[in-house]
Amino acid sequence: MINAKINGLQIEAPEGSTILEAAGKAGIRIPTLCHLDLHDIHMVNQTASCRVCMVELADTRASRNKIVPACVTKLTEGMEVITASIRAIRARRMSVELLLSNHPNDCFICAKNLDCELQSLAAELGLRKLRMRGERIDVPLDDSSGAIVKNANKCIYCRRCETMCNEVQTCGILSGIGRGYRAFVGPAFNMPMQESSCTYCCQCTMVCPTAALTQANHVHKVWDALADPGKHVIVQTAPAIRVTLGEMFGMAPGSVVTGKMVTALKRMGFDGVFDTNLGADLTVMEEAAELIHRMENGGTLPMLTSCCPAWVKFIEHQFPELVDIPSSCMSPHIMFGVIAKTYYADKLGIEPDDIVVVSVMPCIAKKAEAKRPELTKDTRSHVDIVITTRELGGMIREAGIMFDGLPDSEFDAPLGESTGAAALFGSSGGVIEAVVRTARQWAGDEDHGNTEEIELEQLRGMDGLRRASVTIGGREAVIGIASGLGSARKLLEEIRDGKSDYTAIEIMACPGGCIAGGGQPYHHGNYNAVRKRQEGLYSEDRRIKIRKSHENPAALALYEKFLGKPYGEKARGMLHTYFEKRERV
Amino acid sequence: MKTGPAQTGPFPELGQYLENLGEEQSLIGILHRAQGLYGYLGRDIQLYIARKLNIPAAEVFGVVSFYSHFNTEPPGKFTISVCMGTPCYVRGAEAVLEKCREELNIGTGETTADGLFTLKDVRCVGACGLAPVVLVSDKVYGRVVPEDIRRILDDTVKEVK
Repeated sequence: MINAKINGLQIEAPEGSTILEAAGKAGIRIPTLCHLDLHDIHMVNQTASCRVCMVELADTRASRNKIVPACVTKLTEGMEVITASIRAIRARRMSVELLLSNHPNDCFICAKNLDCELQSLAAELGLRKLRMRGERIDVPLDDSSGAIVKNANKCIYCRRCETMCNEVQTCGILSGIGRGYRAFVGPAFNMPMQESSCTYCCQCTMVCPTAALTQANHVHKVWDALADPGKHVIVQTAPAIRVTLGEMFGMAPGSVVTGKMVTALKRMGFDGVFDTNLGADLTVMEEAAELIHRMENGGTLPMLTSCCPAWVKFIEHQFPELVDIPSSCMSPHIMFGVIAKTYYADKLGIEPDDIVVVSVMPCIAKKAEAKRPELTKDTRSHVDIVITTRELGGMIREAGIMFDGLPDSEFDAPLGESTGAAALFGSSGGVIEAVVRTARQWAGDEDHGNTEEIELEQLRGMDGLRRASVTIGGREAVIGIASGLGSARKLLEEIRDGKSDYTAIEIMACPGGCIAGGGQPYHHGNYNAVRKRQEGLYSEDRRIKIRKSHENPAALALYEKFLGKPYGEKARGMLHTYFEKRERV
Repeated sequence: MKTGPAQTGPFPELGQYLENLGEEQSLIGILHRAQGLYGYLGRDIQLYIARKLNIPAAEVFGVVSFYSHFNTEPPGKFTISVCMGTPCYVRGAEAVLEKCREELNIGTGETTADGLFTLKDVRCVGACGLAPVVLVSDKVYGRVVPEDIRRILDDTVKEVK
């Protein structure tokens, strides 16, 4: 242990602690900007580039005390730190003033207004005047992908996005470009994001302190569709958003707001409020049937889940030689879109072209996924508009709906019924747990009705890489679970090198799964909040009476009246897709 | 390091160089060699290097775009480098650079239509005693004033003829 003084307070801190860490433990806040410690997902951004966390070190031997950055300076024995001296405060303010001197001054129309760390910092430091105004760089906005949006003019060069992209997600898309005052972060050759190998997981947008990296906003498209009397506008909500939407309205992380969300959507004027969870149940049935088919017929194993569009794009670019091993299933919201524009359109006697399918997703990659050419039929997209949890929160506010006081409502029939298994899709481990529940029974395992047989604890958790063993039809199945693309890479390398003994693997691009997706309310690195969201989904699973996808009456009716058998010819034709080998740039 | 058959790749000389490097690799050194071999670091070469070293192309581009020494476009026959290091700057390099732009009718980093001149601003070239300094390819001109530029350019053109 090291003994030191911070602001006159005698403290003790473990060897190797930085001043920032030691001060935090002693209850002393030092403002930071570039620094980001996400120890839950093993990411620390420690570039010390912003110079905001400057503190003063008392030094009786020198004529003047030193000013050092607290985030990278290690505490040493006998050190005397002053965090709030006039010199430290001035140094801090100067750093922020310099950052603001060439920052666009458009806070009130900025995508990150009230969610911006630079803005909060300026407020915290009490800046009331900009003494300097510097020349600005003028890099064109990049919204080429229709998913991630890059505004390099707002980049403060903290490099958090680079650390996320390169070290956590191992995509290697983002790097510093240029030098000095004209430097910003972007992809190789400063190419449009759409031409890069970006997966649009958008975890970079979750750590960007400003609006340099954000998401495309499609709220106006939804309002336009709702205002068009010729359109039948239906909405589907992803499993993960019912445990996060409440946070947009000040509710505690993990609050389950399914009923309020449905009421809000009905009041906004949607012609049908449905549940992506039905699509998830279809996905489970298709994947379980495909898995049993592969296990019994010597097919390619392990089978990988394919619900996550960022993960799909990752394997296409990074491991093109392995694109044949993910399940060929479309993702749940696309399956839902297919059903909406065929079965549902037919049932209601509406032209498919007059139906607008809106997906509310925890995910920005879903925006790009919905535009993939192979997920359209005769130039008609299965899903027309994708908005994120944050965008829906904004719309509810715009509509003047007081969310926290809303009564509960049920989803509409016939596409609103779903199971507890489907709710699990929002969390890492949940898709495979749902698939195993169904595969077991279809493969002839007896159902004793025990909780332990339904709640597969061995598959649950938050660690990036997990391994568990279950039995399916009397055979042992080794299950791998990866969340975060860096963890996914490890599993894929094992498969590529022939060292993998897995039967099935679930992969989600975002650490923790969709509950921590790029479109979710900003959790600012608080993974305890993400855990609460996960618990919310588990409680939703327990709340719903039917907990296995293949017992969902709406899904069963769909197969009986329309799709035929799971993984049968018609289902394969309608609910399955293919993946492409892509270049890595 | 993983390397393919060196002689058959798109950049055989560079491939051979990388092969001989073995584990001793530094990105900047490799980029220097590549520019020496091919005159500039186009997208294809950068991608080739990224794949050979198994690092992201963004990382290679990050380094290439950081150093003014590296060209990403084929340079002209002569490169006019105006030093903008601090001593040169305070002794009037800005006006010299402006004069070059005017005489050549191109911007910094661009090449004249006849492919003869590329204009660059560079950081310290290590000849501060002669500030402000202009390099025409490897030839050093010291204590340059804007009025010298026309003559320097004419002399260079004469050399070709």
